[in-house]
Amino acid sequence: MTRPLLAIRSVSQRFGVDGAIVPALESIDLEIPDGQFVSVVGPSGCGKSTLLSLVAGLRIPTSGTVLCDGEPITEPMPRKVGMIFQEANLLPWLSAVDNVAFPLKLRRVPKAERLAAARRMLELTGLAGFESRLPHQLSGGMKQRVAIARGLVQNPAVLLMDEPFASLDEQTRMVLGDELLRIWSETRKTVLFVTHSLNEAVYLADRVVVLSARPGRVVDDVIVDLPRPRSFAMTSGERFGALKDRIWQHIKHAERR
Amino acid sequence: MTRLRRGQATLYLAILAAWEVLPRAGVVPRLFVPPLSEALGALVADRREYLGSLPTTFGEILVSYVIVCGGGILVGQLIGSSATARRMLLPVLRSAYAVPLVVLYPVMMVWFGLGSESKIAFASIYAFIPTLLTAVAGVAALSPTLAETARAFGATRVQQILYVSLPASLPSMVAALRLGGALVIVGVIVAQMLGAADGLGFLITRHRTLLNSPGVYAGIVLVLGITGMHEILLRRLERKVAAYRQS
Repeated sequence: MTRPLLAIRSVSQRFGVDGAIVPALESIDLEIPDGQFVSVVGPSGCGKSTLLSLVAGLRIPTSGTVLCDGEPITEPMPRKVGMIFQEANLLPWLSAVDNVAFPLKLRRVPKAERLAAARRMLELTGLAGFESRLPHQLSGGMKQRVAIARGLVQNPAVLLMDEPFASLDEQTRMVLGDELLRIWSETRKTVLFVTHSLNEAVYLADRVVVLSARPGRVVDDVIVDLPRPRSFAMTSGERFGALKDRIWQHIKHAERR
Repeated sequence: MTRLRRGQATLYLAILAAWEVLPRAGVVPRLFVPPLSEALGALVADRREYLGSLPTTFGEILVSYVIVCGGGILVGQLIGSSATARRMLLPVLRSAYAVPLVVLYPVMMVWFGLGSESKIAFASIYAFIPTLLTAVAGVAALSPTLAETARAFGATRVQQILYVSLPASLPSMVAALRLGGALVIVGVIVAQMLGAADGLGFLITRHRTLLNSPGVYAGIVLVLGITGMHEILLRRLERKVAAYRQS
């Protein structure tokens, strides 16, 4: 096996809350090869989002290391790791294209160049023609498309998605899921996708990592052996159900405790 | 909307009409409140004197405005963006706000003389703290998510302030501007009334000592005009920054 693009080595994270120490993650070990789509699921509060913020470099783990391409992550590395949040978090005073170009502006990329790149990304995410709209003029799904375009604009090797579709309605979520798969097949990013939805986790991913209740540990690592491209019909298939059921057993036990 | 507007216009007209009618009807003694037409008449008759007082007044307001709003907003941004600074300084500032600063004015006249300097000093000190507090509250109320997002995309601390916190706090900075401006106008006029050789406040006091009520109210009409202008400008500015509001 080739060297993994993303390596999480015995990572633990503890938080101090009102003087007490709360463990959020405990000895997480994961290796993710280049181009793999990995979903992360687990009961509420299991530290899924904390795991993402460690890979994003927004936090430094209490112990252990996160390596991207062999290099330890100690601060945000936007050119290697793009981030997409649950809310689109767009700057309300910037147009769609300026929001997408924002990460490039932070790096002082010349204006013409960064706008051209942002336009290409909006086209990729299906928003051609909406470049000059302000966020409040866009629907929830469109805002999240802008956020995806912004996450992709620096062409990072890794895309982190923290429940990106959780605040969208079911239909929009399904459409955007297919869109994400299309974008992924065109760009071949390594994706780490945190979600609450088991359907979404199995439907999108090559592999589903299941975390336990707090403190989060890896309790299962499921390879999704469904063929690609995925289709809606698969979600009612036997194999899909079996995979979902296997994951659900872990989560059910954890939520009951 | 138009019904609201019409209602407001009627209200304003009713106040102006009452100002004219009540003194004429003898309900209010003319020495206390002369009819509006007499105040306007005095304004027109002595227009040279009143217009002559405006450059000094506007100059003092403008300089204080820059000091108060520039300084108050800048310092407010700095204090507001640091939780430690907020915890340490806000209680101090709030108690300082409770001090009736008018008592300082006689001292300031001794320090800065009878000219514009003492007016500017007083108006600036008078308006500074409330403006600062408004600015601090505006910055402190910002949700940290946008700055956090910017950080994930590699924004430095300075870039977070420049590209996220500052624009996001624009609407509350306009609110600080509105309060600061209104207080600066009050500060300058009050200082002129308490001791000056020129300016609108000085004219109002002089006419009062002469028991010339229409003259006093002519000055008041001008002061109302200045605050009204300020209000209109600020409303325009508010509409301009509406897009910066967090949704």
